[in-house]
Amino acid sequence: MITNSIISKIMSKFIKNSLVIVVMTSLLLTGVMTVSMSQRSFAQLLPKQMQTPGQTSINGAGATFPFPLIDTWRVEYQKVKPDVNINYQSIGSGGGVKQFTAKTVDFGASDAPLTAAERAKATNAVHIPETIGSVVAAYNIPGIPDKGLKLTGPVLADIFSGKIKKWNDPQIQSLNPDKKLPDANIVTVHRSDGSGTTFVWTSFLSKSSPQWNQTIGASKSVQWPSGVGAPGNEGVANAIKGSPNTIGYIELNYALNTKTPYAFIKNSAGKFVEPTLDTVKQAATDVASKGLPKGDASWEKVTLLNDKASGAYPIASFTYLLIPKDLGKSPNMNEAKAKALVDFIKWAITDGQNFSSKLGYVPLPDQVVKADQESLKSLTFNGKPI
Amino acid sequence: MTSGSVHINTDIKKKVSSFLVGSNKNRRFGDKLFHGLVFGTAAYTLFIIVIVVFSVGAGSIKIFSQEGFIGFVTGTAWNAVEGRESYGALPYIIGTLMSSGIALLIGVPMSMGVAYFLVEMAPSRVSGPLSFIIELLAAVPSIIYGLWALFVFRFLIKDWIETPLYNTLGSYIPFFNQAPFGLDVFTAGIVLAIMIIPIVSSISRDVMKAVPDSQREAAYSLGATRWETSRMAVFPYGKSGLLGASILGFGRAVGETMLVTLIIGNAIGPSAIPTTLFSQSQTLSSLIANEFNEASSDLQLSALIGLGAVLLIITMIINIGARIMVSRMVKVSPGGRE
Repeated sequence: MITNSIISKIMSKFIKNSLVIVVMTSLLLTGVMTVSMSQRSFAQLLPKQMQTPGQTSINGAGATFPFPLIDTWRVEYQKVKPDVNINYQSIGSGGGVKQFTAKTVDFGASDAPLTAAERAKATNAVHIPETIGSVVAAYNIPGIPDKGLKLTGPVLADIFSGKIKKWNDPQIQSLNPDKKLPDANIVTVHRSDGSGTTFVWTSFLSKSSPQWNQTIGASKSVQWPSGVGAPGNEGVANAIKGSPNTIGYIELNYALNTKTPYAFIKNSAGKFVEPTLDTVKQAATDVASKGLPKGDASWEKVTLLNDKASGAYPIASFTYLLIPKDLGKSPNMNEAKAKALVDFIKWAITDGQNFSSKLGYVPLPDQVVKADQESLKSLTFNGKPI
Repeated sequence: MTSGSVHINTDIKKKVSSFLVGSNKNRRFGDKLFHGLVFGTAAYTLFIIVIVVFSVGAGSIKIFSQEGFIGFVTGTAWNAVEGRESYGALPYIIGTLMSSGIALLIGVPMSMGVAYFLVEMAPSRVSGPLSFIIELLAAVPSIIYGLWALFVFRFLIKDWIETPLYNTLGSYIPFFNQAPFGLDVFTAGIVLAIMIIPIVSSISRDVMKAVPDSQREAAYSLGATRWETSRMAVFPYGKSGLLGASILGFGRAVGETMLVTLIIGNAIGPSAIPTTLFSQSQTLSSLIANEFNEASSDLQLSALIGLGAVLLIITMIINIGARIMVSRMVKVSPGGRE
């Protein structure tokens, strides 16, 4: 009886407070769960090696174009230096420049060199050209299944601004007397997302056509007067492949991978040049032989477009890694890490170039590698050379 | 046995009464705690909306001071070239409303048909599995519809719907007079319709199910046919719920991003104003998704956040409009619940 009443007393007390207890327990549980979950998801964000001591990890962010190459470097460099981890987030050139300026990453990557305004914010930025991108005019014309349609810059500008409307327009036909062009409307395909590829392409059109330069201009995204926009190189390649009578611009490696036919473009020397790794390299070699700016100088004027070398393909551009000149000023940086970063880039521009051709990237000419090595020598850690 | 059960009963009574009466102090504490917690969860939603409005407002100040709010909303240019920057949102507002409008025109009648069939006509052996499949479809991520549309469906739409329409009506009605490409407002509208049908129909089904059988029986007893019963008893009773389902579908279509980006053709500037059904266009959210990553200038970034502000306002107008419509409907039919 006595025990019974005690039990019931406890029970009643328990029931009385059960609401409070339930609430408290659930609160506690939620708290524990959130903490443990956030810890777990945080841990998932970091690569495994990053949590083990004795490892150096280097973080970079930027352009999507060189991502496959940088990602291959990441894997291959693990074999060379197992204690160094490279993390590269391909968030786009704009994002790369922003994060580099805010010093939230150890290195940035951008398809376009920093503008004067960007350089004012990110002082002492050093440009390291790490590979070369080239853009091709890919098409899908019934009756012309192979690459080799001949086009010029001004004609391309007229096509993309909607002035040339039909494939059998005399301006195109006269460049291709041996081909039978259809009497069909041209549909142009452009990138819908902001992109370094668009920047290179519109820069080329601006250089080729004064009218394009005045009305539309060159930027990572421009106001296209007509045509269809598709996201990413893959999107554009897909839109071209899927529909007849289309023309668009994509990176060379995407054209090679998707086997989309592409045009031969007339260069400054008056020759129609097929875009290949070799013809793009010729442009870079020619530009480098005339001298490149110092690493920390402005690279805005460096251009591979419309190069005068006779065999050079006219639509190409360097893509850059960005590193601060004095690494000691970056947060989360120490001397050992700075050395690891510089060593990695040294490797990337020399041994790392061996992986370029296979992935459809143009290997750097020797002169550019030399200029890069000079730039890397100029880097310091709190004033001391690395 | 009887005495035992009585004993238990009194025991429970004791416990319950002690729980109910208890000491007032404890009860008040529990109440307060509960009140505080629930208030907290409600305040959280308010907190989020305040933060969203604040950050969208702060981010878009720059573009509104440059172009003016009216100027931004009615402007058609979208020029991100350095030194020529000028931004306007009108083409994307039209693109958003047009693609979602097409989705609604196609999607809502179909959803109502699906829901009506499931509730009023299908035997339970059919309606059970079918409802399950529809709910399954509602859970498919929209990007799946987008990729399917990009790789498969757009060719079917182009060859079987757009091209015949263009060939027959194109020369008479300017609205159809553009050689179809398959990536345009019309395709986007159709695929959006396909996306919203599962969610709209499953909610509509629940709404129609909630109509009490007494309503139907009353109509039948007056000699109404099946269609008359639905028209007089089922639809009026569930009107506000069905409208709510449609609005929900519209809201999803307006805010849909990646699916639209894949198939709307992503025109930009004045050329993004859809002058025909087969024009390439762009929506507010797809333009934000397209350009946010690579927006290099502060003004462009601000313009993109400005598009977000416009989208927020449009969503708000839709929701307020829907509320007004619902309250009017309820007034019209006093027999309805809610």
